[in-house]
Amino acid sequence: MQLNKLTISQLRAKLIAGEVSSLELTRACLERIAATDDKLNAFITICETEALAAAEAADKRLAAGDAAPLTGIPLAVKDIFNVLDVRTTCGSKILDNYISPYDATVVAKLRAQGAVIIGKLNMDEFAMGSSNENSAAGSVKNPWDLQRVPGGSSGGSAAAVAAGQVLATLGTDTGGSIRQPASHCGVVGLKPTYGRISRYGVVAYASSLDQVGPLASNVEDCALLLGAVAGYDPADSTSVDTPVPDYLASLKDGVKGKKIGLPKEYFIEGLAAEVKQAVTAAIETYRQLGAEIVEVSLPHTDYAVACYYLIATAEASSNLARYDGVRFGVRKDNGDGLVGMYQHTRAAGFGDEVKRRIMLGTYALSSGYYDAYYLKAQKVRTLIRQDFLTAFEQVDLLLTPVAPTPAFKLGEKTGDPLQMYLSDIFTIPVNLAGTCGMSLPCGSSSDGLPIGVQLIGKPFAEAEMLQAAYAFEQATDFGGKFPPL
Amino acid sequence: MKISREEVEHVARLARLALQPAELEALTEQMDAILGYVEKLNELDTEGIIPTAHAVPMENAFREDLVKPSIGIERAQQNAPSKDGSCFKVPKVIE
Repeated sequence: MQLNKLTISQLRAKLIAGEVSSLELTRACLERIAATDDKLNAFITICETEALAAAEAADKRLAAGDAAPLTGIPLAVKDIFNVLDVRTTCGSKILDNYISPYDATVVAKLRAQGAVIIGKLNMDEFAMGSSNENSAAGSVKNPWDLQRVPGGSSGGSAAAVAAGQVLATLGTDTGGSIRQPASHCGVVGLKPTYGRISRYGVVAYASSLDQVGPLASNVEDCALLLGAVAGYDPADSTSVDTPVPDYLASLKDGVKGKKIGLPKEYFIEGLAAEVKQAVTAAIETYRQLGAEIVEVSLPHTDYAVACYYLIATAEASSNLARYDGVRFGVRKDNGDGLVGMYQHTRAAGFGDEVKRRIMLGTYALSSGYYDAYYLKAQKVRTLIRQDFLTAFEQVDLLLTPVAPTPAFKLGEKTGDPLQMYLSDIFTIPVNLAGTCGMSLPCGSSSDGLPIGVQLIGKPFAEAEMLQAAYAFEQATDFGGKFPPL
Repeated sequence: MKISREEVEHVARLARLALQPAELEALTEQMDAILGYVEKLNELDTEGIIPTAHAVPMENAFREDLVKPSIGIERAQQNAPSKDGSCFKVPKVIE
C-alpha cells in the first residue's frame, strides 16, 4: 500500500483506527520527496525535523482521541506563506535569507489542527508567472512530462500533489495561479471568493486580487482543506466576516436541476482542439447528471487580460516598494548613499519578470498616466464584474476551460511576455470579479497531458461549486491518477 | 512608440531600480508591446462608470484602539541586514 496515494479521508480513518501512524505517513512522504524531487524541484525548503516532531505530537493526540480533521496529515505550503522560524523566499533572491518571525494565520490554523507541515513549495518569484520558470530556486517540472512546465505561479503546489509528495497543499491565486497549474498537473485546485481566507502572513503581490486556496488530488480533500483555513481574521481587515459552511455536508447532493452557464466568449478559436473536446465532454456529463445547460454571455471577457496587467502591476509596484534592503532581505550597498543602496539592492534582488511588472505598474501610476491607465482599468473592472453578476442572475454556475492549451514546453514562452500573459485568459476574469472558481481534471491530451475544466461559482458559493465538482468526479474517472516517476 | 527609452529610464528611477543598458533596451521594447496591447481598453466607453478598487463591497474596517502584544524588537530585527541597538542601520543620509 502506498500511503501517499490515499485520500485524506481514507488516511484519517486509518489514523484514528491506529492502522497507520502519522510518523509512518510523514516518513512515506519524505521518502517520496527524496525519490522524486531531484527531477521535479517542487520544494524550496524541506522541514524534516519539524515535520517529524509534529507527526509525533499528532500521534499522541490521535491516541488520546482528540483528533481534528487534519491531525497527522502531511501537507505543504507555497513559499509565500510565513511559517515561524522557517525561510520564506517567495522564489526571490531578495528574500534568500529571510526567516519568518511569525506564522501566517492559515499556517497557525493548520498547526492548531495538528497537520504536519512538510515544507515550502517552489513558485514563480513573488507569484508573478504562469509557468514557474521565474523562480530563483529554478523551474519546477511537470510530473506528467519533465520537458514541460507545471503552470504557475503555484507550480510547486500543483506538482507536489500530482506526484504524491504530500496529500494536499496551499497556494495563492491572483490571476489563475492555483487553477492553471492544477489543470496542467491533473489535480483539483480552488480559488475562493475574495475575502474568504485570511491573507495575514502571506506575501502580497496584488492586494485587490490575491487569494489563498487549496490544491488536492480529489474534490473532497479540497473541500476539507478549504474548511480548515477559511474564515474571518481580525488581523486581515479584508477578510469577510461571514460564516464558513460545512463544505462536506452538502458535497454529495448532486447537480440535478442546477443551471450551468457556458459563456460563449470562452469557446474561441485559440482554444486547442483537445481542450475543447474534453470540456465539451464534461458539459455532456453534466447534462446527463441532470443539470440544465444554457449559453450565457460575458461580453467584456476580451478586455480582462489588459485590465489585469494594469491593475496587478500597479498594485505590485506599490507592494514591492518594501524590498529596499533596510529592514530585511539581501542588501547590496555600493557606497552610493541611501538611494543608491535601494537601487542596487532592488536591481540585484529582483528577477526579470518582477522588474518588468514593477516598471509597468510604476508607469501606470505615474503622474500624467494614472487616469489613462490605472483608473481606466478599474472602470473596465467594474464592467467585467457586472458581466458575472448579470450571468449569475440566470445560472447557478459557469463552466469554462481553464487554459487554452495543455502544459507547454519549458522555454516555449519565456521570450514573449505578452504571449505568457495571454495563457491566463480564462482564469483572470474570476479574480477581477472577485468570485470563486476551481479547476478539476476532465481528460488528457494524446500526449498524456492532463486537461482541466473550470467551474465558477457565485460569490461565497464555494459549497455549491464543490458539490458540482464532486458530482462530476464521481461520474468520471479522470482525477486521482499519479504519473510514473 | 508608446514609450521612449528616456521615459523607461525615468520610470526606473521612480521604481528605484538601477538597470543595466541591456535591460533598459529590452524593457523599452517589451513595455511598448504591452502598452500597445492594453490600448484596447480605450475601445470601451467608461464615461460615468464607477471604478472598482475592491471586488467585494467593503466599508472601512474600524476596530478599538487597544494595546496588544506584538512580536517585539528582537524578532522584528532578526532579518535586519544591519542594525545598531534597537535601530535599523542604513547608509549615511545627511552629510
